[in-house]
Amino acid sequence: MITLYDYDLSVNCYKQRLLMSLLDVDYESVPVDFFPGWEHKSEAFRKINPLGHIPVLVDGDYVLRDAHAILVYLAAKYDPSGRWYPTDDPELLGEVAQWMLFAEGTTNTASAARLHDNLGYEFDVDTLRAGAHRLFRVLDEHLWFREQEAGPDGPAWVAAAPHPTVADLAIFPDVMLSEEGGISRLDYPALRRWTDRVRRLDRFVLMPGIHPVSAERPGPGPMAAGRS
Amino acid sequence: MDASDQRCTDPTVLDLWHPLVAVSEMATDNVERTLLLGFEIMYGTDRDGTRFAVRVDEPDEALPVLDRHGYLWTSLGAPPADVFTIPETAEPDRRTLNAASIKVATSAPRAIENFLDMGHFPYVHTDYLGVEPHTEVAEYRVEIENDELWARDCFFYQPMAAASAVGGQLSEYTYRVPHPYCVMLYKSSPTDPSRSDVIGLFVQAMTQDTIRAHNFLSVIDETSSDTVLRRFQQIIFSQDKPILENQFPTRLPLDPRVETPIRADRSAIVYRRWLTELGLAYAVIPAG
Ligand SMILES: [Fe+2]
Repeated sequence: MITLYDYDLSVNCYKQRLLMSLLDVDYESVPVDFFPGWEHKSEAFRKINPLGHIPVLVDGDYVLRDAHAILVYLAAKYDPSGRWYPTDDPELLGEVAQWMLFAEGTTNTASAARLHDNLGYEFDVDTLRAGAHRLFRVLDEHLWFREQEAGPDGPAWVAAAPHPTVADLAIFPDVMLSEEGGISRLDYPALRRWTDRVRRLDRFVLMPGIHPVSAERPGPGPMAAGRS
Repeated sequence: MDASDQRCTDPTVLDLWHPLVAVSEMATDNVERTLLLGFEIMYGTDRDGTRFAVRVDEPDEALPVLDRHGYLWTSLGAPPADVFTIPETAEPDRRTLNAASIKVATSAPRAIENFLDMGHFPYVHTDYLGVEPHTEVAEYRVEIENDELWARDCFFYQPMAAASAVGGQLSEYTYRVPHPYCVMLYKSSPTDPSRSDVIGLFVQAMTQDTIRAHNFLSVIDETSSDTVLRRFQQIIFSQDKPILENQFPTRLPLDPRVETPIRADRSAIVYRRWLTELGLAYAVIPAG
């Protein structure tokens, strides 16, 4: 059985929950009191991960930390189609690795800004937001070109394949929750179309703050009613 | 953080007690900063264990402080003798804790109104507090009693009403708004249906447009760990967050002609009227 040291509001933990759901892999989630308990910084937890962060994945005797490394492992091991981490296509694999590194950037800017805004982390949020916008601009343009290449029949994903890869999942929640860090996506239309496509995948799961595509009508609740 | 244009001049709000931080999260002999009503505040615990708070721009004038319901409260005006009481917390087997203090880009009254609204449960808290097609909010009673707003006889079908719930239930809610920026709900505890779990949202209005929402929990549950109790409440609140942050305008319009709440939303109508009667002007758009 796979164990995931997990926190519901963490984008990096969500990336693992999402991939395991998409791959239909069973796992046990062990909730870590990340906030306000700082359990990941405790001495007990540092025995599991000396760096003191989550997620950590335990599969039998095998222990792995770092969100994007765990995605690679899970896809390589549990995806019989070989699509999510395409080890037999060197060019595509290189591209996937390139965008996984890009995802380190979106996590360290957009998702860090979210930690600042939600939980009061002491970061230089203006620098983080500016960094996120630079990366979003690059990704938006890239996805627009990918849409042109893919044409009307093929949905466009981050890497040049007719199917999504772990690179999409590594970037997706950093982008999807950016507004919680004060980073608007209004200027990135291709990015918004791509997040819709990810949310329409079979066996897609939500995390708090991410709503289904269909629920994004002008907000449920009374406040959407007649505004003048 | 320059918020000088956000500084509160509304005596109704200045005279209230406001929550600053969960006492369990305060380090000893350490000073922290936060924002309240547009003013920078320093607070902490002295070496002898005494709590204190001051405005950063008036560091020599100690603000009044109280340690209540697990939070440190202060006031920037002339506050009443005490914070509202929560009699249930005296029950010895109850667990009272802060689920999380989370910043949100919204106004305090918007957060209170969202908390009072059951209509959004099936859409925003799908599979937890509601599920389609059980979308109907039945008639309920709302009244102002002893300067507090109470909504009673609120019934709603909930697939997973609490961390300890096993399967769906028709939940009965009672809402209580004892303070313009604080709200609580009482619902029968899944582990002891004769008593109520109490869930509160105590809002620290940092400015008119930003809040820190202190998620208060007081529950009867012998088995769930603190982590599991917090987790449930954090999930629920984080589902509300994007909804709150997308409401426009951010401040709550008190003029009944500006937004027309739907029938089920009687508590919102009474809440807005109550704020108008209190003469409250901070973080709202007062009625013309
Ligand atoms: Fe809600």
